[in-house]
Amino acid sequence: MTKIKSLADLRKIKDDVQEKIRLRENADQPEKLVQIKVGMATSGIASGAKEVMNFLIEELEKRNVDAVVTQTGDMGYCFAEPTIEVILPGQEPVVFGNVNVKRADEIIEKYIKNGELVDGIIPRNYETIDNK
Amino acid sequence: MAKYNQHLLVCGGTGCRASHSDAIVESLNRALVERNLDGEVKVVMTGCFGFCEKGPIVKVLPDNTFYTQVTPADCDEIVAEHIYKGRKVNRLLYTNPENQEHVSDSKHMGFYRKQIRIALRNCGFIDPENIDEYIARDGYAALGKVLSSTPEQVISDLIKSGLRGRGGGGFPTGLKWQITSKVKADQKYVVCNADEGDPGAFMDRSILEGDPHSVIEAMAINGYCTSASKGLIYIRAEYPLAIARLKVALRQAREYGLLGENILGSDFSFDIEMRYGAGAFVCGEETALIHSMEGHRGEPTFKPPFPSESGYLGKPTNVNNVETYANIPVIILKGPEWFASIGSEKSKGTKVFALAGKINNVGLIEVPMGTTLREVIYEIGGGIKDGKQFKAVQTGGPSGGCLTMKHLDTPIDYDNLIAVGSMMGSGGMIVMDEDDCMVAIAKFYLEFTVEESCGKCSPCRIGNKRLHEILTKITKGEGTMEDLDNLRNLGQVIKDTALCGLGQTSPNPVLSTLDNFWDEYLEHVTEKKCRAGVCKSMLRYVIEPDACVGCTACARNCPVNAISGERKKAHEINQDICIKCGACVEKCKFNAIFVR
Repeated sequence: MTKIKSLADLRKIKDDVQEKIRLRENADQPEKLVQIKVGMATSGIASGAKEVMNFLIEELEKRNVDAVVTQTGDMGYCFAEPTIEVILPGQEPVVFGNVNVKRADEIIEKYIKNGELVDGIIPRNYETIDNK
Repeated sequence: MAKYNQHLLVCGGTGCRASHSDAIVESLNRALVERNLDGEVKVVMTGCFGFCEKGPIVKVLPDNTFYTQVTPADCDEIVAEHIYKGRKVNRLLYTNPENQEHVSDSKHMGFYRKQIRIALRNCGFIDPENIDEYIARDGYAALGKVLSSTPEQVISDLIKSGLRGRGGGGFPTGLKWQITSKVKADQKYVVCNADEGDPGAFMDRSILEGDPHSVIEAMAINGYCTSASKGLIYIRAEYPLAIARLKVALRQAREYGLLGENILGSDFSFDIEMRYGAGAFVCGEETALIHSMEGHRGEPTFKPPFPSESGYLGKPTNVNNVETYANIPVIILKGPEWFASIGSEKSKGTKVFALAGKINNVGLIEVPMGTTLREVIYEIGGGIKDGKQFKAVQTGGPSGGCLTMKHLDTPIDYDNLIAVGSMMGSGGMIVMDEDDCMVAIAKFYLEFTVEESCGKCSPCRIGNKRLHEILTKITKGEGTMEDLDNLRNLGQVIKDTALCGLGQTSPNPVLSTLDNFWDEYLEHVTEKKCRAGVCKSMLRYVIEPDACVGCTACARNCPVNAISGERKKAHEINQDICIKCGACVEKCKFNAIFVR
């Protein structure tokens, strides 16, 4: 292990290792970040939800968007899998259906970055107990 | 580097490890490998989450799902359902006792909602055996900041923050540092007091197990401010896990050069050694602790001289408690104003408490000073077990006192607790319900002090023994009114004349119960009655002749043959032989045996 010889060295190590725990720090304050839930039931996985989820995680990081991406169970929109739910800080959740990698890219660029709505929004027909 | 989408945090505190959290880590890893998820999900063993009641805990991030009482056999289901398919495993979620609903994540648990975690900031968050994770959480940045500032500046900030010693006394930490720094000597020492001895207290252990680097960093800061080049951690040998993690942490800090010569390129050099105690309560007292470290008997000496002037090997020594140290790096990074904005008027910041006894959520909590006992017991602690009636809460360990219903709305801080006849102590909090006898509780604490008294001064050595004898007499139903007077007088004398803090505070459990539960003492003495049914000599097991059918079940099960009677006729208990074990009550199917 190389010695840390100055405060600058320490900061450099911090920047290098922070990535390892960023996920935990973000999880501590999800309400301040973009939260995305990916429907990962059997039908979701069969239509490629896993690929979409990995794409979201990688691309959001590359594009410097602090986000918490989690998987969830069947959201009930089997006709429009893969389905994702996006919550921008302080806003109501929006559900997008038929999300493939290309549409995920569009959702990041338009909705997440600029708040512009894109096609394929499914009206939300549920409430979660999470926020009660 | 592999990119992890999810982290599974497994509690690696002493409590959860005793319930096989090591095997849980293994099983989780195995299940992940089986499903090819090991590259996406990382399993981390952390320090204590505090919710020891329902351990072992597994927390899934980033969605903060909080699984309780997990066994190695549950791991496959967690991975298959939650990690792979995104369906939470409901049966392992925490259930809100009020409405029996599952609580999906820790953000919605009453236990965590009122807490502010400063000293415990990294416990249950980082891997304590990985210095990089500590550095990622701004670890050692406070040391870096301090080294580019002057000791006077740092001490003045610490005084401004209002931090007081968390070991019990509540002496202002900044002031202590200032005194030590002003004494001139060729060698000085800083000592971390990790001799946590109160029954039911495990705050310091959890900090050392969950975040050892925070203490090491603060000791180095302490060394810089008081120009001490050597640190010593006095820890009891009964804390093997804390010792092991400290050793790992010390090694890592040395490898990075954060301990040793010329730290971070400055001309400050500092290193830390460990000293093991044999678990004597009195060694938590700083002069006794220093003697024990020197290899002498762990006996206190009169102060002054204070250790700040003449301590370890006769050199100026600054002694601080584990929790006090854990607060310091944060105060330095966030500033004294931030810290002083939390808490009550004269007690700043937060305090860690170990909740124990008849309370639903046994565990480790950290709340701002000034939180009321009611909030701690009912909102965080989840109320009394089995819906019973709250009777008392004991704070401050064997040196503290028992507080009652009427004190529930007292905001907890150093001065308020002393005003109501107890003390903060190191933070043990034991809750008692209607089934606890307060005379027996006072006797329990006295037993502890009699056992732990070092024997050096007579008020503590002899006085406590006499107090204990009187209490034993009362619990046997042989007490007189004169005994009650003697208890109070003797208690007061010990308080005024004992040599050290242990002796001076040892009568507190007796004096506070006399004040707050006078009725119960009176009942024991005048009516020979113990309302909680704890003092066995006062109980009488009696068979109600009308209800007894003469089945002989009780007589057959009585271990001392105290029950006699003919078949199909009412039986009788011979009170001279009966040992009050209660076996007959359990065996009687006709509810014919009563306790009076």
